[in-house]
Amino acid sequence: MSNFRLCPDTGLFFDKNAESLMKVHAVAAAVSLLVAGLLALGVALTRWPAVHLLPASQFYMFLTAHGIDALLFWVIFFEIAILYFASSTLLRCRLAAPRWAWLGFALMVIGAVTTNTAVFQGNSSVMMTSYVPMQAAPHFYLGLILFAVGALIGCFVFFGTLVIAKDEHTYEGSIPLVTFGAMTAAIIAVFTIASGAIILVPTFLWSIGYISHIDPEMYRIIWWAMGHSSQQINVAAHVSVWYLVAGLVFGARPMSEKVSRFAFLLYIFFLQLASAHHILVDPGVSSEWKIFNTSYAMYLAVLASMIHGLTVPGSMEVAQRAKGYTRGIFEWLRKAPWDNPVFSSTFISIIIFGFIGGITGVVMGTEQINLIIHNTIYVPAHFHATVAVGTTLTFMGLTFFLIPVLFRRKMILPTLAKWQPYLFGGGMTILILFMMGAGTMGVARRSADMTFAGAALTYDYPGMAYTMMGISGIGAVIAVIGGGAYLLITVGSIVFGKKLEPSAGLLQSFGVPLSSDNYMAEPEILPMAAPVEEHGSAGFEAPGTFVLAMLLLVSFVVYYFINWKYLASVWPLS
Amino acid sequence: MADPDDNNPDEERIPAMQSLLENPFLLLFIGVAMPAVFYIIWGIMEIVTVPIAP
Amino acid sequence: MTTYLPPAQRIWWNEPVGRQEIVWIAIALTWCLILFFMMPYWHVFGKQNLSNEAYKTTPAQYGPKVQAMIDKYTVRTETDQQIPVVAPPAGSDVYMLARLWQWWPILELEKDKTYRLHLSSMDWQHGFSLQPVNINMEVIPGYEMVLNITPDVAGTYGVVCNEYCGIGHSTMLGRIYVKE
Repeated sequence: MSNFRLCPDTGLFFDKNAESLMKVHAVAAAVSLLVAGLLALGVALTRWPAVHLLPASQFYMFLTAHGIDALLFWVIFFEIAILYFASSTLLRCRLAAPRWAWLGFALMVIGAVTTNTAVFQGNSSVMMTSYVPMQAAPHFYLGLILFAVGALIGCFVFFGTLVIAKDEHTYEGSIPLVTFGAMTAAIIAVFTIASGAIILVPTFLWSIGYISHIDPEMYRIIWWAMGHSSQQINVAAHVSVWYLVAGLVFGARPMSEKVSRFAFLLYIFFLQLASAHHILVDPGVSSEWKIFNTSYAMYLAVLASMIHGLTVPGSMEVAQRAKGYTRGIFEWLRKAPWDNPVFSSTFISIIIFGFIGGITGVVMGTEQINLIIHNTIYVPAHFHATVAVGTTLTFMGLTFFLIPVLFRRKMILPTLAKWQPYLFGGGMTILILFMMGAGTMGVARRSADMTFAGAALTYDYPGMAYTMMGISGIGAVIAVIGGGAYLLITVGSIVFGKKLEPSAGLLQSFGVPLSSDNYMAEPEILPMAAPVEEHGSAGFEAPGTFVLAMLLLVSFVVYYFINWKYLASVWPLS
Repeated sequence: MADPDDNNPDEERIPAMQSLLENPFLLLFIGVAMPAVFYIIWGIMEIVTVPIAP
Repeated sequence: MTTYLPPAQRIWWNEPVGRQEIVWIAIALTWCLILFFMMPYWHVFGKQNLSNEAYKTTPAQYGPKVQAMIDKYTVRTETDQQIPVVAPPAGSDVYMLARLWQWWPILELEKDKTYRLHLSSMDWQHGFSLQPVNINMEVIPGYEMVLNITPDVAGTYGVVCNEYCGIGHSTMLGRIYVKE
């Protein structure tokens, strides 16, 4: 069997099936992102009060499709590719059940097309959440169900590949940390998809008239077990990619296998409880349920994220210091490859995800503070920090790595690629900060018109809220340009980029004979990492990262108590 | 005495926590059961026990 | 290059953890516990909490309750839609309903008096967003939520719908007056 290709630049082995599947998933992800990005422009230009582009009907249609294409299709297509990479490629193992994997992909594509069709036909502008008893066309739900089944097949292909790799002994010792993180994502995905099936199948039956009633509160609780957990798949996946990038760019090793894996274990146990963030001001559930679930059982998943927040940049710092960048606290960071979009996108993502996404998430996930934030535009500000910068920008950076390695093409427009993470990350950060500000002034999310034109009564948001929505619109336009640059570079490189020929010298240096099709015999067993000589661990190995971590903590504490103070000033409620 | 299953006496035993972390299907079970019990089942119980309005 | 290679030791769980990680984990765990205990603390000592009092109801059951209050306590009507302005006595049960695309009726409350505010929806899900104080709650059909409110600043307040409820969502605007 000669089903493996050795990447001459990285030494990674690609199984033929896994390679093709990764490529098609990445392409489907990029198409979803293209659609989501075009819709984003329409949404943002409508919420920019001075522009107010779209009429309400189109705005709600665009917003529904934007949410679904960005939050489900783009990230999950990409994540299935990551699962195949982390199992088959990193473990040097053939992919389990490739026919099933193709079936899963086909179902995902059919599902994504079906749901998008339903939305653009115009009778399914129900938002991504599709709260009952507002009803969409039956094929809106059917498409989501097909997509979920396809993704579930992808998860089990991943688990199957882990089993084969272990049985066939393709690696020594334990699975790599990156694969462990991907496994965490796959576990969360299984719960997510199962919850989606539990609620969307009855909702589909209701939409065709087979079931007469679905309790709206029960729908909310179970739907969010899917809706929020799907974003927790992203967290586990993009943290794994952060570790991967630390290894690829810096040759970094985990500061501690035990600590990083334990942090992922905390995700497996507790991260999904946070679905309760959406139910904090709902009728019918007790404060005990709200407090336990919203806090991931005493914030143990937040603890996990704070651990990753130290160990990911910390591992980069240790690797940089080992290369001699030891002057001062921050020479390692100043001398980091800021021109390399794989690194810069990852680092921007770490900073924005931690400082903005993480802190705002905990603040608005606090049972009582949610009262002054729930369903304001602060909420989309939060999840653009987590998903658009945290996850999406990380995946963008990884794609720049995959163009030469997976697609074997030379990247076109390298200068634009250098700037792309700053454009997208910078635009998004403007959007996020000013939407947070507007949300604090009460501006509602998912509203076609903040002036309430056509209402019987009147209410005026403060003038500053209008200014802030305008500035966030500018940020959105910059981010869309950054996203467009990403698609231009990646699609352009795959179509027009120079084909990279296998370099004979490199291949031979791995002891591999050249073959015509470049797919050669079974790879050797993946060895364990070389042990590191004892480094003086009496002191702090990564002082710069520790300073950054303390800065995060101080921001966190200050911002958290500012919000309590603000809450204390509103009408007493009991 | 050596464990009869242990055919490699030179190697140390794998600590319990490490073997948990190396068992994907046990982790999968825990990762699904935890939110299913604490979030979904507990939450649904709360909803179904809401009293009827007087 | 080890984040994506198997760990260097077969048994890595017993490897020592650096002091930096231990210190950070201790700090972070302490902060997490503070975050957690702030919520029960606020239930005991804070003034802004939800009672979580709720009942199952139906539009047919809830609508007449609202109408009974309107019949009894209407003081005037506003706009050409004749929206009733209702001024129930301090301390009483006050009702507001949400429907496509209206908050009904307008309430007129007294400052620093406590009312039992009931909220429910007659059709789809809606969001009660009191502006500019920025208090936000979900209003779900089939559920009647009760909370004790004590308006402490006089003025005219907008009730914005902030849960998407279809094409007229952005025109769904109600009002609460708070008198000295």
